[in-house]
Amino acid sequence: MISSDPPSPIPLLQAEELAYARNDEPVFGPLDFTLNAGEVVLVEGDNGSGKTTLLKVLSGLLVPNSGKILLNGEDLTLARLSHQVALLSHLGGLKLDLTALENLRFAIGVFGLRSGAAPLPALASVALEGYEDVPVRNLSAGQKKRVALARLLLVPAALWLLDEPYANLDKSGIDLVNRLLDSHARRGGAALVTSHGAYAFTSGTPRRLPLRPTP
Amino acid sequence: MRYGTTRSACAAVIRRDLLLTWRRRGDALNPALFAIIVVVMFPLALGPEPNQLANISAGIVFVAVLLAGLLALDTLFRGDHEDGTLEQIVLSPHPLSMLLASKILVHWLSTALPLIVVSPLLAEMLHLPRQVMPVLMISLILATLLLSLLGAVCVALTIGMRRSGMLLALLVLPLYVPVLIFAAGACNAAQLGLPFLAPLLWLGAALALALVLAPLACAAALRISIT
Repeated sequence: MISSDPPSPIPLLQAEELAYARNDEPVFGPLDFTLNAGEVVLVEGDNGSGKTTLLKVLSGLLVPNSGKILLNGEDLTLARLSHQVALLSHLGGLKLDLTALENLRFAIGVFGLRSGAAPLPALASVALEGYEDVPVRNLSAGQKKRVALARLLLVPAALWLLDEPYANLDKSGIDLVNRLLDSHARRGGAALVTSHGAYAFTSGTPRRLPLRPTP
Repeated sequence: MRYGTTRSACAAVIRRDLLLTWRRRGDALNPALFAIIVVVMFPLALGPEPNQLANISAGIVFVAVLLAGLLALDTLFRGDHEDGTLEQIVLSPHPLSMLLASKILVHWLSTALPLIVVSPLLAEMLHLPRQVMPVLMISLILATLLLSLLGAVCVALTIGMRRSGMLLALLVLPLYVPVLIFAAGACNAAQLGLPFLAPLLWLGAALALALVLAPLACAAALRISIT
């Protein structure tokens, strides 16, 4: 019998020499990193160091000036078709005139539904039980963030790109984000989380990806 | 995992936008009210002479509808862009052009359809001969669909800019003028007892082209302007 080493797993996300410039002014990079399934990586940097831009590039909203992004070993533009990326941006992506439940149903319609997930349990798990039929306009900033987090639980994406998920959240909200990240990682998902470093702690020590303003 | 089909994604967009229109149904009547106000001004300014008004009635109705549509055009993507839901729609794995076509359809239903419903009243106020009314309605339906599709491409191009109102008007006007000429031309021909089928067929042909190409152009323009 011939024994062979197990093939090295393809990383969920791989960036090679990734750089982005706005109007010829470099925003970040060149950057090399890999993200394996089950990993949570904290993107650290000061204001203006390009954290949000990095997430937008990784989600495919912005086109990098140089470098490559591989998702499961495939080029990003193709891989996005297989529902791999969910972005939580600082805008929230919620309709204020619709209720929490209506917002989640729209997300399911557009992105699909993770197996075993449903809107009502998702709202319950972000501690918004009883707020299903309240228009999002009447929710507090922290509660809006929780609705956006509930959306992440519903969509099938394996890679979460979270832009400042801890902003506007109270202590229990911060714990909630950490719990969601942990269980997502245990399910085989991965996440890239930005924070300007003031208070970002996931349980255990996450890998850190420092971003520095390019000179 | 249930990813859903493109059809279900479009249905989700249509359902959401209809719901949003219903929640803000007061706003949906603005274009129709604007058109009524514009049309009411004309007899007051020109005098109530029926023959004089009848001669220019079709033209006035079309200009009022076009300006009212221009007024409502900016709202097509503005709200979604400001609250980040447009970003989510762009990130959807389903074809962006189909999702945008759904948005354009609901925008047409909520802004142009009320205009079409009140336009017989407007035409009646201006003494448009009754036998021209069917031609007016058909050319209005063709023209407003065409205006919505062409306008959507221009809105998508200007969405990333602040205060894009003036630029949008400049972009849209050259595209709107031919539509106006053919649509009003059909009505004028009908009023004079001349054949009116040719301009309507031209509008129909342009609409068929726009139905296929405008959502694609809209998607491409949107991807450019949100970066």
